[in-house]
Amino acid sequence: MTPPSARAAHRLNVLWLQSGGCGGCTMSLLCCRTGDVLGTLREAGVDLLWHPALSEESGPEALEVLRACAEGRTRVDVLCLEGAVLRGPNGTGRFHVLAGTGEPMMAWVSRLAARAGHVVAIGTCAAYGGMTSAGDNPTDACGLQYEGETPGGLLGAGWRDADGLPVVNVAGCPPHPAWMVETLAALAAGAFGAADLDPLGRPRSFADELVHHGCPRNEYYEFKASAGRPSDLGCLMENMGCKATQAHGDCNTRLWNGSGSCLRGGFACIDCTAPSFEEPGHAFAVTPKIAGIPMALPIDMPKAWFVALAALSKSATPRRVRENATADHVVVPPGIRVSGRK
Amino acid sequence: MRRITIGPFNRVEGDLEVALDIEAGVVRSAQVSSPLFRGFEQILLGKAPLDALAIVPRVCGICSVAQSAAAARALAAASGVRSPENGRLATDLVRAAENLADHLTHFYLFFMPDFARPAYARRRWHAAVEARFQATRGTAAAEALSARGQLLELMGLLAGKWPHTLALQPGGTSRSVQRQEKIQLTMALRGFRAFLERTLFGAALEEFAALDGVAALEAWREARPTGAGDARAFLEAAADLDLERFGRASDAFLSAGAYGPEEAPWLARGVFDGALRHFDEAAIREDVSHAWLVNDAPRHPAQGATRPDPDKAGAYTWCKAPRLAGRVVEVGALARQVVDGHPLARDLVARSGGNVLSRVVGRLLEVARVVPEMERWVDALAPGEPFCATDELPDEASGVGLVEAARGTLGHWLEVRGGVIHGYQIVAPTTWNFSPRDAEGRPGPLEQALVGLPSGDGEAAVLVQHVVRSFDPCMVCTVH
Repeated sequence: MTPPSARAAHRLNVLWLQSGGCGGCTMSLLCCRTGDVLGTLREAGVDLLWHPALSEESGPEALEVLRACAEGRTRVDVLCLEGAVLRGPNGTGRFHVLAGTGEPMMAWVSRLAARAGHVVAIGTCAAYGGMTSAGDNPTDACGLQYEGETPGGLLGAGWRDADGLPVVNVAGCPPHPAWMVETLAALAAGAFGAADLDPLGRPRSFADELVHHGCPRNEYYEFKASAGRPSDLGCLMENMGCKATQAHGDCNTRLWNGSGSCLRGGFACIDCTAPSFEEPGHAFAVTPKIAGIPMALPIDMPKAWFVALAALSKSATPRRVRENATADHVVVPPGIRVSGRK
Repeated sequence: MRRITIGPFNRVEGDLEVALDIEAGVVRSAQVSSPLFRGFEQILLGKAPLDALAIVPRVCGICSVAQSAAAARALAAASGVRSPENGRLATDLVRAAENLADHLTHFYLFFMPDFARPAYARRRWHAAVEARFQATRGTAAAEALSARGQLLELMGLLAGKWPHTLALQPGGTSRSVQRQEKIQLTMALRGFRAFLERTLFGAALEEFAALDGVAALEAWREARPTGAGDARAFLEAAADLDLERFGRASDAFLSAGAYGPEEAPWLARGVFDGALRHFDEAAIREDVSHAWLVNDAPRHPAQGATRPDPDKAGAYTWCKAPRLAGRVVEVGALARQVVDGHPLARDLVARSGGNVLSRVVGRLLEVARVVPEMERWVDALAPGEPFCATDELPDEASGVGLVEAARGTLGHWLEVRGGVIHGYQIVAPTTWNFSPRDAEGRPGPLEQALVGLPSGDGEAAVLVQHVVRSFDPCMVCTVH
């Protein structure tokens, strides 16, 4: 059972800030299936104190909202940060100075986190550093409570909110709109506790699934009938860099923008809900292999069994599956069984 | 002289600060600052060239597909691969879907809410506009977001998801379209068209697209009853507030051309400054004199570098100042329509240049023109024919990818050496529009557009917001 939050009794005041990111999490939020995400949040008990893309207040009016929050005059139940924390150059945070304040966003985030009931990292940048921390990390970017896989980040590994929760990492690049909406709704309902987080601080509501679950290419996966180039219909794991069998997310059971997902779009899952996805150690769209075997095998799968089963299923591949795998449309339709019943 | 600093400037994509020098109640000069630096051009160095397709969409969540398309074009130029017709059509559909979604987001969520502010309480149109457009409360946002969601079903089908797809490849798209999916695409577009015709225009798209000048636009507005379409609500407020008098910049408009074959785009390529001129990409220079970047001579992006110098004296932004043959140019939907020669866009600009009114009408015009074209592209998709070609990228290569993002001309300059990215420079639309001064002291387009505005509280304070948002700035792209 999830322990009820102490803040269940009133509406949830949410302050949303953006720092070292692309704004894509907010753009994804606006793709919420209900269409009217503002209404959906309102009905879930969420009030936006300020959001950089949506609120009326600009300039001095916006600053007054932020100051009231930072000084404790306005109650902040949840601080959402979208984008990484930029600590550079030289620890000053000046790669992102909050406009109109002359003060690094890093300092604002620290101050507001201390006032907030809960802190929610929106997207992989805010959670772990994400794409902003790729390469040689020119801005010294980190997540709120992680730097890649390493606990720490801006707030430190030991940070907990008043309810004992660490930063809630709604990871994803971007996160699915429902991951964000449902996490805020659960917080508003007082139905979110430490047991609802996985070991990387991600809500288990989506992190307990693998992207592989519900993949429409599953038959190709079963027979190791693989795509060789973009637009092929086959499984993307063997050659095209797909990590869906290791990546946490319900992308193929919940779907994106109506009927989509990365794999349905014909390209690899790059495991964007994971720390350090931005530096996979190989080209994103190429599967690294040793002796023809992908280096990264399906999670929880013993290597010997994978190799044995892959060899067996490859040799058992039906012609239909083999030929369609390297075509961009079905060239061999499924056979039709004659029942003989009537 | 008195200086006021405005920030954080919201309902723009990313972080923006504007400083205004005021004298005798009028803005005498302006400085536009992009206060966020992420360093994507450094992050890309040393990567496998095709990794750019995973990295550059994440420059910007609202222009994600445009960034993909520019990278795919630069890579295609480097490898010589040519997309089959299906891949080009699918790419155009994906790009157009983002472009139109962005125009809708701008109009309904970013721009119109300013007319609902209490400063306009005494205007005759205010009560209706407040009910419809007030930020987070008005009735329009829910309808617009639903329509946007229906439009973006194209992304689910053609690109897997939005933002941040890997579907756009140098040789086409990774997602082939099957026969029944053409019908799904058509249905999604019909639903979107129905919203536009019922709610945004209150008229057939073709009717709005056929307006051939300012007189026709005014007659169209006057002939429509109050409440007939959200475009009319804007046009009425804009006429009442005389918005065509505000926000003028250099009136030199650039477009790289959009949609269709790169060598013969559907929307023409060129520069318009009273006459249509050839756009010579080689004449672009990026000036870093007022950016927190190590001082350097103005360079063509293919020779460009991005090296932070956060303590540089005299600098006030992370944004470089791109210039075209030394000139300050404006980019965006209005520029595309003007360069393409649309009579309404040309007439608006002939009368009063680029301004708050003409920029917003430029977007509406683009919405009305692009949707029927998208319907034709869907019809032209040929299931069963290829969507993607592949080719080897040489270890030593270079390429330029120029596309039109929603907000204007976007360029990627790629250099590959030893099989990895050796140079990558991005010039984004808002880099042009919100550029700082260059070494000659010439202010960027927004810096020019703010000069001469009245200063003060109430309506004057909101006017600054209109001028800034008329460009639909995307600050995360600007500095990247």
